[in-house]
Amino acid sequence: MLDIKNLHVQVGDREILKGIDLQVNAGEVHAVMGPNGSGKSTLALVLAGRETYEVISGEVTYDGNNLLEMVPEERACRGVFLAFQYPVEIPGVSNTYFLKAALNAIRKYRGLQELDAMEFLPLVREKMKLLEIDDQLLNRAVNEGFSGGEKKRNEIFQMAVLEPRLAILDETDSGLDIDALKIVAKGVNALRSPQRAIIVVTHYQRLLNYIVPDYVHVLVDGRIVKSGGKELALALEDQGYARVEAEIQSTTTAHF
Amino acid sequence: MITMSQEQGGYLESFAQFENGAAGNGPGWLRSVRQGGIARFAELGFPTLHDEDWRFTNVAPIAQTSFQLALNGRAELAPRVLEPFRFSGPACSQLVFVNGRYAPELSWLQPLPEGVQIGSLAQALTSDQSLLEQHLARYADYQHDAFTALNTAFIEDGAFVHLPRGTVLQEPVYLLYLSTATASPAINHPRNLILMGDESQAAVVEDYVSLNGGVYFSNVVTEAVVGENSVLSHYRLERESTQAFHVSTLQVQQGRSSSVAAHAVLFGGALVRNNVHPVMAGEGGDCLINGLFLATGRQHIDNYMKVEHASPHCDSRQFYNGILDVQARGVFHGRIIVHKDAQKTDAKQTNRNLLLSDEAQIDTKPQLEIYANDVKCTHGATIGQIDEDALFYLRARGLAETSARNLLVSAFAGEGLQRMKVEPIRKHLEALVTQWLPQGKRLEEAR
Repeated sequence: MLDIKNLHVQVGDREILKGIDLQVNAGEVHAVMGPNGSGKSTLALVLAGRETYEVISGEVTYDGNNLLEMVPEERACRGVFLAFQYPVEIPGVSNTYFLKAALNAIRKYRGLQELDAMEFLPLVREKMKLLEIDDQLLNRAVNEGFSGGEKKRNEIFQMAVLEPRLAILDETDSGLDIDALKIVAKGVNALRSPQRAIIVVTHYQRLLNYIVPDYVHVLVDGRIVKSGGKELALALEDQGYARVEAEIQSTTTAHF
Repeated sequence: MITMSQEQGGYLESFAQFENGAAGNGPGWLRSVRQGGIARFAELGFPTLHDEDWRFTNVAPIAQTSFQLALNGRAELAPRVLEPFRFSGPACSQLVFVNGRYAPELSWLQPLPEGVQIGSLAQALTSDQSLLEQHLARYADYQHDAFTALNTAFIEDGAFVHLPRGTVLQEPVYLLYLSTATASPAINHPRNLILMGDESQAAVVEDYVSLNGGVYFSNVVTEAVVGENSVLSHYRLERESTQAFHVSTLQVQQGRSSSVAAHAVLFGGALVRNNVHPVMAGEGGDCLINGLFLATGRQHIDNYMKVEHASPHCDSRQFYNGILDVQARGVFHGRIIVHKDAQKTDAKQTNRNLLLSDEAQIDTKPQLEIYANDVKCTHGATIGQIDEDALFYLRARGLAETSARNLLVSAFAGEGLQRMKVEPIRKHLEALVTQWLPQGKRLEEAR
């Protein structure tokens, strides 16, 4: 579904991603872990189409098409979804209005009938129940005055409504208490299917107790330095990133 | 080169003709008010950029145009030409003024509570002399404001709204001011008087429109006297053609525990000056000054607020949002004056501006004059462009860039609209603002 080859990305003069290779197939859940500043969020934002990041080389194909050539809205309409690390507050735009506009933009792109309020509401209600979202939250402006946990839950709620093919969760677990974390994980797990892929970007192993990944990748200084199964996440939790970094350092030195 | 005296000369000449004509028959007190107005205008002349209150607005285009007093063209107007401008909300009294004069044949009056008067000032000047003598031109300052002085000199017609003590108007009063195109630039001086007895309540809309473009000048003064414990919601809608000049003053005299909301939505006119001057004369009053100005092309919209706290325990809130595109220029000048005895004043001012182009410009200036020692006054202003993070967020959810951009602009405009509590009026204004927005029609369909 997603094929990233030798991706180099910079912001200003600084190179942040220094050659990423990653293949994600439908039905798989991948965790990308790494310390602060390793480039995790950059990877997530580049996949969603943020223009402030400049792709210097490499390629990204999504369902066989060049993802990098698509504007953000086209990616979204084709099923790419980014749950933001820092969801943006949009005063004056209600959550319902926003969600309906997004869903209809996507449906329109796919040649489906747009939903009116009568058709939209039952759909939303069902997902609200799943994520234990309060009615009142729906009428508030997008993310405005939401607590950190509410914002993250709102991201997953949007994901549940929009039903993407490729979901990228950027540190959705950061700042969540254990109850909120469980709700978020429930929402994500409900979306798991053989047709979908999920990339979980996280700093901590904790979320992976609830969203069990098929693959774990360790991102350090703009490169994936280690890949493995879910046990890799546990090893990281025990030993910390420093150990992995040191390990990499020594293998690199050994080569010379 | 036109000199100041030449600029004023035309007005003095018009005044002489005006006095010799219909105005000559008016009561003595009114004639002396008018004479006071023209005399003061002759002394003041038009303001220049050297006047602190006019620092950002050059009125030379008004001063240098030779305007003729507007003729009454209402006879030629078929009612259907008004249809696009009519208020589509619930049935309410809609008064139409053509070139500044009341047009009864185009107006719709609904049954009113006992004692309520809604009609023309010209009529009231003959039927309610003593009431008018007591209030007309007693509040709007024509000693220091040249435009108010000019309007005062030419007082002839406008709206007259009078609510006796204890009356509540359920439906708004809609005042539609329409200007027709004339061969040479015309000037009209609508003069409105709103008198509200104690414990009364009303919503009044003033809507300024152009029938078919052309250069003209609407020089408006509205005086509102709000009795004790009364509630006034006033709305000003400026949607004249982009060739029109518009200067208007809303002067409000607030009684004890009265509550006033002065709303404005301004998107018409070439050069617009919007003055709002509430005077909180009685204790415990509050006022909300809330506006939205939208300018594009080479439009210039200047908002000058002068909020006077003259008594203790009054609250004032100012919220003005500006959206400026292309080469438009906006001004927000928010003055708060707290008199010596106005202890426990709570005054707040917020001006937020959204610039949609690199060449659009805004000048924003708070001005606090505080003579009391136990008060709370705050002010804040922001100037910004479309938030790129918000734009990306919306696009990442599937909204096309133009829709996302429009949604953000409309949300910014919505902040002001949401404070307008009279629902049919708010909906009416929302629809008009949506049409103003680029690709607004499409956005409307998306809702």
